[in-house]
Amino acid sequence: MSEYNFAYLDEQTKRMIRRAILKALAIPGYQVPFASREMPMPYGWGTGGVQVSAACLMPEDTFKVIDQGADDTTNAVSIRKFFEKTAGVATTEETARASVIQTRHRIPETPLGEDQILVYQVPIPEPLRFLEPSEVETRKMHALEEYGLMHVKLYEDISRHGAIATAYAYPVKVAGRYVMDPSPIPKFDNPKLGDCPAIQLFGAGREQRIYALPPWTAVVSLDFEDHPFEASKAAADCALCGAGDSYLDEVIVDDEGGRMFVCSDTDYCRARRAAGHVGAQGAPEGVA
Amino acid sequence: MEAAALGGGFGDAPVDSARAFRAVMRAMARPGTVEVVAGAAPPAPLSVAAGVAVLVLCDPGTPVYLAGGHDTRGLRGWIGFHTGAPVVAERGDAMFALGVWESLAPLDGYALGEPEFPDRSATLIVEMDRLEPCGARLTGPGIKGGAALSLPEVAAFRDNAARFPLGLDFLLCCGDRLAGLPRSSHVEAG
Amino acid sequence: MYVAVKGGEKAIEAAHGWLAEERRGDPGVAELSVAQIRGQMSLAVGRVMAEGSLYDSDLAALAIKQARGDLIEAIFLIRAYRTTLPRFGASLPVETGAMRCDRRISAVFKDAPGGQVLGPTFDYTHRLLDFALAAEGEAPEAARVAAAEKAMPHIMGYLDREGLMEREAEGVGVPPDMTREPMELPADRALRLQALARGDEGFLLGLAYSTQRGYARNHAFVAELRIGAVAVEMEIPELGFAIELGEVVLTECETVNQFTGSKTEPPQFTRGYGLVFGQTERKAIAMALVDRALRWRELGEEDQGAPAQDEEFVLMHCDNIQATGFLEHIKLPHYVDFQSELELVRRLRREAGDRREAAE
Repeated sequence: MSEYNFAYLDEQTKRMIRRAILKALAIPGYQVPFASREMPMPYGWGTGGVQVSAACLMPEDTFKVIDQGADDTTNAVSIRKFFEKTAGVATTEETARASVIQTRHRIPETPLGEDQILVYQVPIPEPLRFLEPSEVETRKMHALEEYGLMHVKLYEDISRHGAIATAYAYPVKVAGRYVMDPSPIPKFDNPKLGDCPAIQLFGAGREQRIYALPPWTAVVSLDFEDHPFEASKAAADCALCGAGDSYLDEVIVDDEGGRMFVCSDTDYCRARRAAGHVGAQGAPEGVA
Repeated sequence: MEAAALGGGFGDAPVDSARAFRAVMRAMARPGTVEVVAGAAPPAPLSVAAGVAVLVLCDPGTPVYLAGGHDTRGLRGWIGFHTGAPVVAERGDAMFALGVWESLAPLDGYALGEPEFPDRSATLIVEMDRLEPCGARLTGPGIKGGAALSLPEVAAFRDNAARFPLGLDFLLCCGDRLAGLPRSSHVEAG
Repeated sequence: MYVAVKGGEKAIEAAHGWLAEERRGDPGVAELSVAQIRGQMSLAVGRVMAEGSLYDSDLAALAIKQARGDLIEAIFLIRAYRTTLPRFGASLPVETGAMRCDRRISAVFKDAPGGQVLGPTFDYTHRLLDFALAAEGEAPEAARVAAAEKAMPHIMGYLDREGLMEREAEGVGVPPDMTREPMELPADRALRLQALARGDEGFLLGLAYSTQRGYARNHAFVAELRIGAVAVEMEIPELGFAIELGEVVLTECETVNQFTGSKTEPPQFTRGYGLVFGQTERKAIAMALVDRALRWRELGEEDQGAPAQDEEFVLMHCDNIQATGFLEHIKLPHYVDFQSELELVRRLRREAGDRREAAE
């Protein structure tokens, strides 16, 4: 690991990112521009999260990386390897044992604690981007707290479909001020964003933005009185561990299109099975 | 350059600054909690905590304003040698300002950020005689219920929070301990 | 019983192994050397240096070899390497007027001091496959003439002297560095040119072409296109003077464009500018056209709503490393967000069905 600086980035870059993180924490939900560096992995594959993690990690940390809730997805493996090599940190798949967790598209099921940091990989940090493509315009809208466009969009959904047709990257309002994109997590995870004991940091490398949620911050999913926000998931229990409260992946299991539902959070599922929970199609841990 | 300027930096910068940043980040993320830091031995009158904050956050891209008794040759030399940060005469040009509360206040004139870029605001590193979790009452992001912190006054911080999302952010330092007070914290007399 | 898919780490290692084999190709055929790529694929090397923003032909050739000839992948390798390099300082602006030109042509004057020099160009080759190359025959030696002794003056200078060209504002201070500061819009011309210089050749080609076909049409004459070596000098504070660090090969394109004038200004010509590392002629011309199209605001022209006039559109989408990364990321797993959509669509269909039934 001596051929790289600790955690890959040079110290000046880390300082620049660290300053951005502090401002992001001071202005919850506001996207701080930062001079994202070109990383040795492609834009869109977690370069923002990787830079935030690199600026935060210390040698004593235990690092966990998940993609779609799973530790074993190829890009999660690749990012974990990168930090094993460049920062020499210990890694884990156990949510409870990790001090820094980098994630793509999920918040772990196991509730996070005070001493944990959750780093999100963010593709498009601007919640208004799909309504207004110009950065110059959306920046003005945030400055003026002009979020009418977003409400119009959500309301149009209701009039067309009878419900808000946003299932992931569901916009939230942070501490009563900024509308924020929570990254493409399923809206099932939205309730975990607010009043969370952990520090939540969001990094968008290609779009050059960092934003944050300090612990215990009020985060509200946008909705209407007559159409309140609803966190939804597949109406099933995990076929392996029997969990009825976790977000589920749908898996096609045979040529006839037969399907089953399993926990997206692989560590949560593993721990439940280790504790003796068995789902309809699972076997107790150790038997497989 | 005086020899004193050359010493007192981080022994192992990448690792020391990583640990120190974690403490600073926790402080800023959880207003009212006090963190202990180590690794810097700056010349007087700079505290260890303020010295650590400077080493972690300052570089040639961050103009620094030294208020009152903190504007010494020794400190200018130390900051220049270890961080390369330019020392500026106008508080309005500073990204970081260093000093005791009486020298830093009143808070007019520091960069508060712009409506489209509220992050372009100064961070004040305040040297305190005392830093305890008692006194003024804090509420807001980062705080479960409420917290308390021995602030030098209430009105200035209350006014600062009222400008949100514009405003100043503070790192309060005492010896080797520091606490954060972002603009998002509401401050009331305890 | 179902067992979840595992083995990401093993799969990655196996993929890397296979990739290395494929890169090498048939071991019965001699391996390409970096020197061969540098010498014989020199236009590819130029493009990789230009869009990689790093002038090093050996590294560019190595990157091309490692990337199996995928130039965007090679540019990516160079960019990622470039970010890790320490910076010792900035050079003085290069003097392209003093360029040792291999090629210098003007489309606006039949002749001018220095003459028209075609140089090593494909322009007048008939695009017929040369089967002699397949037989690995040696190329016959090219005809030689003595190099011009004097530097070739910029053609634009002659138009300038007559006051026919818009006056170029003096640059103010140090230009921004888009690799060290986040992009901020609106951008000034220095930042725009910087982004275009490293922008994707194909993207700029398409945009430039669109201006020719009428999307923000502004007919461009190539006042001059020159390719050659210029000296790079750096001021050394300790010495008090500049020293030459070496040479770089650049392609420079200056276009003259129509401008009808305004109430306050008599008609004059305006310019578009392209400057790119290496022999990268197509890119330099495209850059000059796009530069000119982006200047509509400062020249008081009409916004026609053309893509090439939209600064944010051009600057945010011209970088092929950003674009390819984000484009290709959609092959990463998205089953969590897809699942949430699946649930939603199923529910909305169910509810719509219920409503229909109730109505009937």
